[in-house]
Amino acid sequence: MSTRALEWIIERLLFLCAALSVLTTAGIIVVLAVETFAFLREVPLLDFLTGTEWTPLFANQQFGVLPLVVGTMLVSAIAMAVALPMGLLSAIYLSEYAHSGFRRVVKPVLELLAGVPTVVYGYFALTFVTPLLQRVFPTLSGFNALSPGLVMGLMILPLVSSLSEDAMRAVPQGLREGSYALGATRMQTALKVVVPAAFSGITAAFILAVSRAVGETMIVAIAAGQQPRLTANPFVPIETMTAYIVQVSLGDTPQGTIEYRTIFAVGMLLFLMTFGLNLISTWLRERFREEYA
Amino acid sequence: MVSWYFRPALLAILVITLAACGPSAQDARPGAGGGSGPALISIDGSSTVFPISEAMAEEFQKADQNTRVTVGISGTGGGFQKFCRGEIDIADASRPISATEVAACGKSGIGYIELPVAYDGIAIAVNPKNTWANNITVAELKTLFSPDAQGKVTRWNQVRKDWPNREIHLYGAGVDSGTYDYFTEVITGKAKSSRGDFTSSEDDNVLVQGISNDELALGFLPFAYFEENAAKLKLVPVDDGKGAGPVSPTPDTIEKGTYAPLSRPVFIYVGKKAAERDEVQRFVDFFLKNADTLVREVNYVSLGAASYTASADKFAKERAQ
Repeated sequence: MSTRALEWIIERLLFLCAALSVLTTAGIIVVLAVETFAFLREVPLLDFLTGTEWTPLFANQQFGVLPLVVGTMLVSAIAMAVALPMGLLSAIYLSEYAHSGFRRVVKPVLELLAGVPTVVYGYFALTFVTPLLQRVFPTLSGFNALSPGLVMGLMILPLVSSLSEDAMRAVPQGLREGSYALGATRMQTALKVVVPAAFSGITAAFILAVSRAVGETMIVAIAAGQQPRLTANPFVPIETMTAYIVQVSLGDTPQGTIEYRTIFAVGMLLFLMTFGLNLISTWLRERFREEYA
Repeated sequence: MVSWYFRPALLAILVITLAACGPSAQDARPGAGGGSGPALISIDGSSTVFPISEAMAEEFQKADQNTRVTVGISGTGGGFQKFCRGEIDIADASRPISATEVAACGKSGIGYIELPVAYDGIAIAVNPKNTWANNITVAELKTLFSPDAQGKVTRWNQVRKDWPNREIHLYGAGVDSGTYDYFTEVITGKAKSSRGDFTSSEDDNVLVQGISNDELALGFLPFAYFEENAAKLKLVPVDDGKGAGPVSPTPDTIEKGTYAPLSRPVFIYVGKKAAERDEVQRFVDFFLKNADTLVREVNYVSLGAASYTASADKFAKERAQ
């Protein structure tokens, strides 16, 4: 009897724990949605999505979110330009070339990169990478998209390499052996057999990495600047969606005002973007998984 | 920097002030001088003066456990409204009292003692590598920061012909700051009216970081904050166009008012009735006695020790009248 009662209690407790995280997510979505609707009552959706000026804190308020979106995409694109090739190449190396003993050491070390707090990356970008880049490009501003983009690329590199490597290692050994039997070199095997076979996993890793880059906050808040500007120039200060949310949350913008609601509208848009990317990533993995019986 | 440290405190104080502004506050005050409970001093007004009053209130309450000091931020105008209705004891003001406010106070029979407590200066700074911007006029600052400039004035040579044809990157104090209010008031002619496409931050560290690492930067920030980072920034003397030529902000020029228009004294106004109360006298005396150190600590320009002594004499004399 008492054991059964205990069972019952434990079961309910476990359920509560699981429910808590689901409820938290639901709560976040509800709060975002409610505040976003309040925001959209005052600002037409079309103006919000297509406007090219973002000055909600100033006397002449403009609510065009494009400069923030473009800023976010610019930094993410730079990050991906670093993380994709480097991540893929290190994944190929680890999966196809490295000795298993070497891999056992290197992979966790590479993953350590992902464990560095992002605030450290932020100051690394601001106080080390930017001055270094300024020696090469004297016109580079102190705040710019380039330096945080590069550093963010480093940060998401392990995500790309680790997930891609998992996907490549899942490719059956028989495929490689068949390739070698036909006289292919190691490189031909890696690039023409293993990578295509693991393609869905690699793409999923890339998209997850993009989603991570889009949502990254600390690095850009510290090193990219706070100037919403519609530009593709990586040398000048910009502001990303996440950095804007940080900026307003730290100021004394009163609750319930339109300025305050902008952060929820921007947050909602950001949420939809990363959520969409994650969905695509999952779908790709499911849809294009190569089945090897 | 100031804003970061004070923000949580500021909110808390605001809540306390609001709570204390109920009907009970007035009932409680007469009893404050004697007997039961801690004595209460209420201050309200300019957010520019807030850091000074807040620092004073904190230190004073440490020294004098029986007195509570609340500091609000209704703005200079809002502060005077309350002050002239007799709702608060001391008004923080980032400008002298206006004629209409004098009339309002006169009508309700509220006398006051005006005490300047510090100078607030705004520095215009560029990167040390900037070789061309050796001075700037008020008119040029207006060209740069007016709302019409948004998206249009983006290069140095649009401000002055012989400056280089390169991008200009603007930085400035955040829109919640008194520095921003004052800068826009005297430069663009209307408080809170400026272009919106510049790096605007409540955190002065961000401005210093930005300007010190950007050859094409120009920004405005609280003068005392510039002083702390003098090695990383280059100061631009400002010419008010009235014939005196470009003037650099220094504690001296700010004090004498020759660094115009970007410097101004800030004040506290003590109600004469309130000044009869023992705890208010102790607070104001404490304020003036420690002003020289504390004002510097919160990054304002001190009026100089002698000036505070003179103010203390003035306070003693006027409250006796």
